[in-house]
Amino acid sequence: MTLSTGARLSDTEGMYGNDVVDPTEALNASETPEFDEAVAAGSAAEARDGASGFDALIAADLRVEPRDEMPDAYRKTLIRQIAQHAHSEIIGMQPEGNWITRAPSLRRKAILIAKVQDEAGHGMYLYSAAETLGIDRAELLDMLHDGKQKYSSIFNYPTLTWADCGAIGWLVDGAAIMNQVPLCRCSYGPYARAMIRVCKEESFHQRQGFEILWNLVRGTAEQKAMAQDAANRWWWPALMMFGPPDTGEAAAPGGHTEQSMAWGIKRFSNDDLRQKFVDMMVPQAQRLGLTLPDPDLRFNEETGHWDFGPIDWDEFWRVLRGDGACNAERIEHRVAAHEQGAWVREAATAYADKHEGARRHEESAA
Amino acid sequence: MSEPRQPESASVATRSGERSWPLWEVFVRGKRGLSHVHVGSLHAPDAEMALRNGRDVYTRRQEGVSLWVVRASDITASSPDERDSFFDPAADKVYRHPTFYDVPEDVEYL
Repeated sequence: MTLSTGARLSDTEGMYGNDVVDPTEALNASETPEFDEAVAAGSAAEARDGASGFDALIAADLRVEPRDEMPDAYRKTLIRQIAQHAHSEIIGMQPEGNWITRAPSLRRKAILIAKVQDEAGHGMYLYSAAETLGIDRAELLDMLHDGKQKYSSIFNYPTLTWADCGAIGWLVDGAAIMNQVPLCRCSYGPYARAMIRVCKEESFHQRQGFEILWNLVRGTAEQKAMAQDAANRWWWPALMMFGPPDTGEAAAPGGHTEQSMAWGIKRFSNDDLRQKFVDMMVPQAQRLGLTLPDPDLRFNEETGHWDFGPIDWDEFWRVLRGDGACNAERIEHRVAAHEQGAWVREAATAYADKHEGARRHEESAA
Repeated sequence: MSEPRQPESASVATRSGERSWPLWEVFVRGKRGLSHVHVGSLHAPDAEMALRNGRDVYTRRQEGVSLWVVRASDITASSPDERDSFFDPAADKVYRHPTFYDVPEDVEYL
């Protein structure tokens, strides 16, 4: 297969779109009215600007900007959350990066490279936002490499087949969008602005994943089985991406949800977002002809939502603590990439120093 | 400036003792007719690399036709603590606004 021609360069949707679904229909949360509202809310908040002082800003749902006064705990919470988010983006390059050399066509390979590059870009937006809080990117990377800061545990699962690239785009990026759209309204300005950029770009990620699976389910029996196997393995971990339940035994001890909601960092509870995700994905799975691996999944006429079975929170905590299939591999790979790139960074610094020195010399001579 | 930070302390040394690259603020002109707008920051060893990195990080989808990069340490910003005293002088000059003036209602195009 060759790269499709006739791409409208001014319209990335045209460039990466496909013909499998109605293009006017919202495919994911970044194309829904909620996303537009979040973006509009940011602008409206700016227009009302008049309040000052941290509590007044939060009460008026205005944005806190880098040099505003803010409680130390707010700053620390944001650094932790944004860093963890940034780390997830760059560690998230690995599971799919694993398939770049084995992508089944030139078209798929070009798409996959673009997607993995986007993940790097998302990490860069987020590190940039974190740095406005007074921490240096190098410190954040050290903390990732030393295991002092975490990344989303979804990336500790292996990508065993090509269908996993489809399942990641469809389920993992789908869950990420669901988590990220409310963050476009986060009280901290630089984080909210970074999330708006990220959400716009995630839309292509989810669609390309869906398209991979859509092609596989219409292929040979083996291809369809491969798609089903990927959905079986990624469904539950994707549900875990929304984090532990808000209440009950499995709830996170000393969780930050309540405080983060009061500060306008978090807008919805983990369970609410998880339910929205299930409600959105079940019809899409049906369209794909895939069976989600949950015998308890059924539509509840009373609530208007899809009920689903219990999540294995032991698995979640186990993987988070480091006992997933790929935890060690992901960090080793990340550290190796960083160390192997050291000579490039040093050479660029030496080049910059040399030319800066020459420039200064010319200036003083003039 | 929407996101100036404290003037950079030289540069942070990483665990390995490696000197980190300076921080640059990036501004993008979305299209002809619009002004450059701040989009974020990045690290680069020099201005030329900052421009190239800026292109890769902030304009992967043709979000821009022109880029500026400025060393973050070269930006001087007003302080939010002084916001009131700094910007207040404008508040009592209501005569700068067209609605200040009493003119007959039946005059057109005024």
